[in-house]
Amino acid sequence: MSLVVSGLSSPLLYDCHLAVSDGEIVALRGASGSGKSAFLRAVADLDPNEGDVWLDDVPRSAMTGPEWRRRVRYAAAETAWWADRVGEHFRAPYEAAGMAVEVGLSDDCMTWQVARLSTGEKQRLGFLRAVEDSPPVLLLDEPTAALDADAEEAVERLIQRHRSNGTAIVLVTHSDNQADRLADRRLRISNGRLSDDHR
Amino acid sequence: MNFVDLSVWDVAAVSGFVLLNGILSVWLSLGIARQLLVAAVRMVVQLAAVGAVLTLLFDVASLPWTLAMALVMVLFAGREIMARQSQRITGWWGYGLGTATMSIGAAMVTLVALLGSLQPEPWYDPRYAIPLFGMMLGNAMTGISLGLDTLTTAVVRDRAAIETRIALGAARFEALRPTMREAMRRGLMPMINSMAATGVVFLPGMMTGQILAGIDPAQAVKYQLLIMFLIAGATGLGLLTAVVGGTWRLTDHRHRLRPDRLAGPR
Repeated sequence: MSLVVSGLSSPLLYDCHLAVSDGEIVALRGASGSGKSAFLRAVADLDPNEGDVWLDDVPRSAMTGPEWRRRVRYAAAETAWWADRVGEHFRAPYEAAGMAVEVGLSDDCMTWQVARLSTGEKQRLGFLRAVEDSPPVLLLDEPTAALDADAEEAVERLIQRHRSNGTAIVLVTHSDNQADRLADRRLRISNGRLSDDHR
Repeated sequence: MNFVDLSVWDVAAVSGFVLLNGILSVWLSLGIARQLLVAAVRMVVQLAAVGAVLTLLFDVASLPWTLAMALVMVLFAGREIMARQSQRITGWWGYGLGTATMSIGAAMVTLVALLGSLQPEPWYDPRYAIPLFGMMLGNAMTGISLGLDTLTTAVVRDRAAIETRIALGAARFEALRPTMREAMRRGLMPMINSMAATGVVFLPGMMTGQILAGIDPAQAVKYQLLIMFLIAGATGLGLLTAVVGGTWRLTDHRHRLRPDRLAGPR
């Protein structure tokens, strides 16, 4: 499904416009505090905001907040956990364990204690948790920032697989190389304003 | 009923113990003599005033005056709930939520007791209605202020986890369920503790007072049980509505978390 954002505004954002087709990855870059996370959060309707957002031709206002966020999925840069065991955070822990192996985690990771996870493990598990039910739109906030090269490559492979399955993806990244590897298009955000990223 | 009629001099004589504490404070330079004196004087003045008001009220025994007294009690208790919050909900909700839920819980249970168990004549007889309502109000106040304080503190502390659940598609009451559960548990704890310890660790003040006033202990126990069950009802009802209402206010119609509706610690 395609995502269309029109005139999105909030105290941190000014009249943002964006269209992402299905199977497209748009990289979003900008300095710290420029509004990258604020933009993704506003699209997912996590903070109060104004403007129109559509999924194909269905406006966001036609769905409840939870219905919208089950389709337009935001994965924060910093993961947060509420239960003791990893598996309790997943809809289908058994299936998720299979995906975990693909990003270099062991297949018993669903039984792990959250308190003993490393930063990199947390990031990969947080990513899996956000994509396990394959929502049609992914808003990924620096999904590989804490990962080594191997793990980063594995996560990128998963992202690309979601793209080839028709997912529309907005990817916030600090890395030029990652944008080169993954993005079909690049945008820049500064002071809450979106613009094309001309290098 | 036979009870020992206390004279003013009997009471004045034992107030010497407070004086003794004052002397101790000065002697050991504890620096609390002033505080002690002020507190003791406040207690005497407040109780004397409330005694006078109750005497007047019992003589009049009219519904409007009874309700007016209940309203004054509610307003004071509402302020007390506000003062016990480290994170307060902004605007009218801050004062209104605790005050309203406490009043509803206490009023419903008091009405059940007046119309069902005690049936005084008339049903609003202030001799029954006011002390009963006061006891319900005081206990509901403790439970609700603890519960709301736990709720708002946890929303700030667990904000990232709650928002992650929301981002994954949870509805507001689903995302905040662990928080609500924690708030309910904390709010009910004082009531559970006092039920468990009553009679073994301490004799409740009301029951002690009744026994001293000459009532048969078995009768006093029945009254105490009635009161404790009513307190459980008032606290539970008030707390549940307060926690649900607080969760409602700290989220919005799009099921977003709204910590911006909290004012930080003063």
